[in-house]
Amino acid sequence: MTDPEPPGPDVTGMRSLRSDTAMRYRSLATADLDELVEAARHGDHEAFEELVRRTHADTFTLARRMVSNDDDARDVVQEAYLRAFRSIKKFRGDAQFSTWLYRITANCASTHLGRRRRHHHDELDEEVAVPDPRPDHDPAAAAEASLLRDRLEAAIADLPPRLRAVVVLRDIYDMNHAEIADELGISESAAKVRLHRARRKLRTKVFPLPGEDAAGDDVEEQAHAM
Amino acid sequence: MQCDAISESLAGVVDGDIRLDRGERRHVERCLRCQAELAQYRKLLRAMQALRSDVALAPPGLLGDVLTRLEAAGERSAVRAALTGRKVAYIGGIAAATAAAGAGAAIVLVSRGRKSRLPLAG
Repeated sequence: MTDPEPPGPDVTGMRSLRSDTAMRYRSLATADLDELVEAARHGDHEAFEELVRRTHADTFTLARRMVSNDDDARDVVQEAYLRAFRSIKKFRGDAQFSTWLYRITANCASTHLGRRRRHHHDELDEEVAVPDPRPDHDPAAAAEASLLRDRLEAAIADLPPRLRAVVVLRDIYDMNHAEIADELGISESAAKVRLHRARRKLRTKVFPLPGEDAAGDDVEEQAHAM
Repeated sequence: MQCDAISESLAGVVDGDIRLDRGERRHVERCLRCQAELAQYRKLLRAMQALRSDVALAPPGLLGDVLTRLEAAGERSAVRAALTGRKVAYIGGIAAATAAAGAGAAIVLVSRGRKSRLPLAG
């Protein structure tokens, strides 16, 4: 059986679809991600909206980690979903939907950072604290883990944007070098160099060895990264 | 001395991006400082991977903003699609009219040609 070509983002029915029955909403709410993606590919806009509902917090988290600023992250998220909406029919399921969306978000964040760099200097001392939704079974261990997480998030936010983008995509979101290079518009070897530089900086700040200055080599790194 | 050179590579060694040569591996096996540094990189990678499950709370209004923007984009796209369809219809109509006019002209020319040849034939 051949898979019919999806009609693309024909959005004439978006408003009328929204007034569908409660049963329709219930079926969307219980559909799994793959079913929603398939429906969205074939022009079902409610399915795409449901995808947005389910993934927007994750997308926002990635955007904020990359741009280190809530307002900018909001813009990146909106742009990312707009691009995803326009190109959902091209999504063939070779990768997971979440990975596909991460790549779009990373690309939007990279574009955003490029624009921002042209307009003003990045603030490198802003701290980003991500709340921990998990219950505390062991208060001491949880406190220690929370402290480490906060230090790490702050150290990531302190990285120059170009280093930050690479290390976030590789070490947190597990994207490979080719994907990172593609989305950030750099060579694979440049992606690797930036990754190792970012790791060195994070390691020095979060897990310093005896005799190491946790403040690290900010000036040198920024000079390299910019 | 060798620690400084190897230290540059350890950030890539930790996940296999960089492979040490035999001499460098032997140095790390004997050097407590390099081993400690490598262990710290492993801790760093584990801590980074743990961040993956931390999802920030989306700011209030973000979801609504995204959906509104999608809807606006959808409406623009629908208008474009309608205009494109109308344009195609206009062009199709003009093409059909042109073809019909051409055919009509050809018929007239052919019939005139026949009329003008008839007396000669008789």
